[in-house]
Amino acid sequence: MTTTTDPHQGQFRLSMLLYDSRYRSMTIQIVALIGFLMLIGWLLSNTAQNLADLGKEPGFSFMFEPAGYDINQRLLDYNSQDSHLRASLMGLLNTLLVAAMGCIAATVIGVIVGVLRLSPNWIVARLSAVYVEGFRNVPVLLWIVFIMAVLIETLPQPSAFRKGEASMSLWDTVAITNRGVYIPEPLFSRSLGDIHLLGSSALRFDVSLDLLALLAVLIAGILTSVLIKRRADVIQEATGERPRTWHLRVGAIVVPFILVLAVLGFYLGYPELKGFNFKGGTHLRNSLIALWLALSLYTGAFIAEIVRSGILAVSKGQTEAAGALGMRPNRTMSLVVLPQALRVIIPPLISNYLNLTKNSSLAIAVGYMDITGTLGGITMNQTGRELETVLLLMLVYLTISLTISAVMNWYNESVKLKER
Amino acid sequence: MKRTVFFGALTVASIAAGASAAATLDDVKARGKLNCGVTTGLVGFAAPDANGKWEGFDVDFCRAVAAAVLGDANAVEFVPTTGKTRFTALASGEVDMLARNTTWTLSRDVDLKFDFIGVNYYDGQGFLVSKEMGVSSAKDLDGATVCIQTGTTTELNLADFFRANNISYEPVPIETNAEGQQQYLAGACDTYTTDASGLAATRATFENPSDHVVLPEIISKEPLGPLVRHGDNEWGDIVRWTLNALISAEELGITSANIGELSAAAGDNPEINRMLGTEGNLGEMLGLDADWAKRAIMAGGNYGEVFAKNIGESTPIALARGLNAQWKDGGLIYSPPFR
Amino acid sequence: MSDMSYVRSEMLPERAPPASQIGFVGWIRANLFNGVGNSILTILSLIFLWYILSALLPWIFAPTWNSGSLNECREIFGADGGHGAACWGVIRERWVQLLFGFYPEAERWRPIVGFGLLFVALIPVLFNMISRRMNWVLLLAVLGLAGLYLGGALGIIAGLLLLGAAGFVGFKAFTTSKEDRAAEIESGAKRLPNPFIFSAIYPFIAPWLLWGGSIWLPVGAALGFVVGYFAYRFLAPVVGSLAGLIIAVLAALIWWLLLMAPMVDQLDALFTIGEGPGAENLLALEPVESRNFGGFMLSITIGVVAIACSLPIGVVLALGRQSDLLIVKALCVGFIEFIRGVPLITLLFVASTLLNIFLPPGTNFDIILRVLIMVTLFAAAYMAEVVRGGLAALPKGQYEAADALGLDYWKAQRLIIMPQALKISIPGIVSTFIGVFKDTVLVSIIGLLDPLGLSNAIRADQDWNGVVWELYGFIAFMFFVFCFSMSRYSMYLERRLRTDHS
Repeated sequence: MTTTTDPHQGQFRLSMLLYDSRYRSMTIQIVALIGFLMLIGWLLSNTAQNLADLGKEPGFSFMFEPAGYDINQRLLDYNSQDSHLRASLMGLLNTLLVAAMGCIAATVIGVIVGVLRLSPNWIVARLSAVYVEGFRNVPVLLWIVFIMAVLIETLPQPSAFRKGEASMSLWDTVAITNRGVYIPEPLFSRSLGDIHLLGSSALRFDVSLDLLALLAVLIAGILTSVLIKRRADVIQEATGERPRTWHLRVGAIVVPFILVLAVLGFYLGYPELKGFNFKGGTHLRNSLIALWLALSLYTGAFIAEIVRSGILAVSKGQTEAAGALGMRPNRTMSLVVLPQALRVIIPPLISNYLNLTKNSSLAIAVGYMDITGTLGGITMNQTGRELETVLLLMLVYLTISLTISAVMNWYNESVKLKER
Repeated sequence: MKRTVFFGALTVASIAAGASAAATLDDVKARGKLNCGVTTGLVGFAAPDANGKWEGFDVDFCRAVAAAVLGDANAVEFVPTTGKTRFTALASGEVDMLARNTTWTLSRDVDLKFDFIGVNYYDGQGFLVSKEMGVSSAKDLDGATVCIQTGTTTELNLADFFRANNISYEPVPIETNAEGQQQYLAGACDTYTTDASGLAATRATFENPSDHVVLPEIISKEPLGPLVRHGDNEWGDIVRWTLNALISAEELGITSANIGELSAAAGDNPEINRMLGTEGNLGEMLGLDADWAKRAIMAGGNYGEVFAKNIGESTPIALARGLNAQWKDGGLIYSPPFR
Repeated sequence: MSDMSYVRSEMLPERAPPASQIGFVGWIRANLFNGVGNSILTILSLIFLWYILSALLPWIFAPTWNSGSLNECREIFGADGGHGAACWGVIRERWVQLLFGFYPEAERWRPIVGFGLLFVALIPVLFNMISRRMNWVLLLAVLGLAGLYLGGALGIIAGLLLLGAAGFVGFKAFTTSKEDRAAEIESGAKRLPNPFIFSAIYPFIAPWLLWGGSIWLPVGAALGFVVGYFAYRFLAPVVGSLAGLIIAVLAALIWWLLLMAPMVDQLDALFTIGEGPGAENLLALEPVESRNFGGFMLSITIGVVAIACSLPIGVVLALGRQSDLLIVKALCVGFIEFIRGVPLITLLFVASTLLNIFLPPGTNFDIILRVLIMVTLFAAAYMAEVVRGGLAALPKGQYEAADALGLDYWKAQRLIIMPQALKISIPGIVSTFIGVFKDTVLVSIIGLLDPLGLSNAIRADQDWNGVVWELYGFIAFMFFVFCFSMSRYSMYLERRLRTDHS
């Protein structure tokens, strides 16, 4: 780069915009900006022209019209007379649900397999490698439809339970069928009821007071336990002896919680075969299970590689140095190896969470009603509002992604090696 | 006009300047090919065989139009479309017509700006159940799990039907007919609902078709027909009258076997003469030549022949004519006169 | 007195280690049963393996290769058929369709040759240890085989000549050692042309092979780059490099948009025999519309085109993201983060439903071209991040050295930075390619007949209605073979690059 330090002679000439390094960058930027704005303007005018030709008027009022279709998995109450907006909200919640479940399962699978791949046991290491390569090198969409097909074809259908060809697992509490898995659901015989928020708008939701009460007791218990620990710390500082507190700390959390459960009349509702289907219990649908399994197995394979390289990235000298300082192996792991490995593991891990969330949009292949299936699927199809629905859909995913990225950046900033 | 432009080697972009509003006929003629939107695969209606040749009821209609307009029944490019992409494909001019079991509804006709040119199959939404369930009416399906193809009018009908009868159900949305069949056969849903023709076609391919029945209730009217873009009435007329020619041909007894004889010279029946161009100038009015209807019929036969070949009782799908019989035989298939 | 101490004066012969420590038994003890936990893991793994294989192997080895429909398979296996064993007849009948889609049968040599030439074009990029002469041997051999495959007198003669040339060069390459050859070149022997020439020509040949049409189109397109190059070459010293660059781009654009079409038409007319519809263009291939592409050919085409086109865009975006120009940087970051923030499926929705709305009224791209555009944009954002990684990995000294030499920004990028940054980025580029290639199955959701979409169409055939596992298994296997070999290659490359730099 050339920099001129002597004062510039003479008058400003037009050619200086191009040849003078002081102005050139400004010129380039303005040209780029004008070019960009022209591109946007061109696209917008084309769009307006085309929509006018098609006789469509862009607008979002269709979102408030009745959707007309049913959604099988709904985390809030919904019926076919609710608006498209509420249907999209159901989809969004379903997306977030499967993404959260997938991230947790993928992490568990990834960590276990990543460690097993480093196992000295030849056959275990080989099997882990086969798993990782098999899942990484086949498109996730194929895995989703494949696992869905496995669930449908191999598990018993509800009528097999009626005929006695199949029976419920875990002491008759869980029914595994090819329509999904039915597990016991928590119920309260002396329930406090719900509070209804936001009236009858599209965003309305109910909050269970039982759940709030339980949550409050749990948080209070944890706070108490922290207080007990603080007190123990103070005593240890003062006297050098640490009082035994673990039973107090566990009790502070568990006892009030159980008490509240008893007061509310907690019991489990078991699934029962009634009519065509199992009734009662929580129904984890096949589509959810297939999507969840496929996403977590696929992403788990990537995470396994990340974990493996993270562990390998901590040099052996660190472990040996910790040993020389007299640390026990588990303290070495938790205080020396893991913190360093995590620094390598976490950033790619979070970008894998991001990928998993984006891949959950493939839910439509198995009919899981996520936001792509509701807003980008049925709503788009029934209203014919491609432009608006796709824009909204992109906006939703962008928001989710940017939130996850923000978390990642914040973490990266906080664990960055502080070089002094 | 078609001009191929290269933007370097980066994009091999063939920009077919297709005016979407008018002159589809000119475009098709200039291109020498008819672009016809069909399903990505539905037994009996449209599916590619091992050589990539498309076959089926809808496919034969596309071929008839191509024969009428271009003189070659094979001058068709079949564009597979899904429930989601079909309307955009038509609206954007990617296809000249859609022959893809699409239900004629007011909102599609008016709001989506399409023209349905007629009905080539009268259908209705039915339910397929296995006999061992012991269900005799759709109203017995309270609490059932229902497999349903998304992106169609069927899911709206289904919601309406169960709401009106105040019974509950669990929808299992599926993307393609093949998936619906798989889920139904494995028992992942109690009943599979879609157009009754589709149900019959699906049932026909089961290992034991007699174990399954289509319930008597037909919960909706599903007039399926080809559609074209709104605004190009000349093109719409051509497609409409090609369909009518096939229907009239059956009514008048014109088949692919005797058409050569009938069109050789003017015969006794003036309507046959007008249709086959040995009398009058109907073809000219449409902007085609005199032989257009003859070619359309020769492409795959008359309506009855096309029906019998693809979905009729001699095929594994074994659909009865029912509503789709000629009006003289008690059905709804009726063509305005060729006059 | 005798010396009490006893010192052995020679070494004892070495004894073999105990049988339990060596050989197969020893290996098993050391690797599988060296501890309680490990033994349990081993046994569990073995049970798992047995469970899987005992279900899978009988299913796979089913004598159904020649069956003509699912019902025939069911006859072979009785009532249980269709699920108890695989029905491979569907693969026998449809594998060509799964590979080529609806590409006309007589023209299928074109994608095959294009695919073969792709490797030849990539060899100088990917394996730089192969000698220049071996590159030419490979190129000539692929062309010769294509000639033989085509058959006909002309094809066979041309094929034999080319193979002969390949054999001749190959023979010379094998018989002269590296040192001798170096001495020959030293003494003024002529070297073969750089094989990169072919790599540069390939992007023009491949579309012509796949889509067909007049040969003058790719020639004209390539000439545009030549025009631009010469414009830059002669004008840059006069008006400065930036202005020269702008003028060169403008010159190329004028060529492509205004002058190329008449030239192509003239040349076509020159080589066309006959008039009207019966006319035959001697130097043109039968045009094939992109909607006839399908199966793995479609996946590969989308993957390769998207990666090839996204590379230059990605480089520009990465440079923009690194630059000090605020607005340029903001635009690049915005584009990259936007594309990376939304799932590919939404971009495919844009391709299938919206792209035509964004373009001037009347434009109507083929759906596959629209998908190519969107997947290219998608890949470009990821490519930009890969290239940025490569740029960041370069030591700062390289930039400073370029400055110290007085090179301007573009020269520094072209001569110093990019060659190194791109080289370190190759493993990342390969992984991006694998990702994009895998993601191409998503196009089945918007109704394109890629392998997965074709599997649905095949199941709509009455003969194969109800076939599931065989198709999924075949498609998954093919994807695995492609992706696994590429990922192994990329790992090998990574290892080699690491040793190159340490």
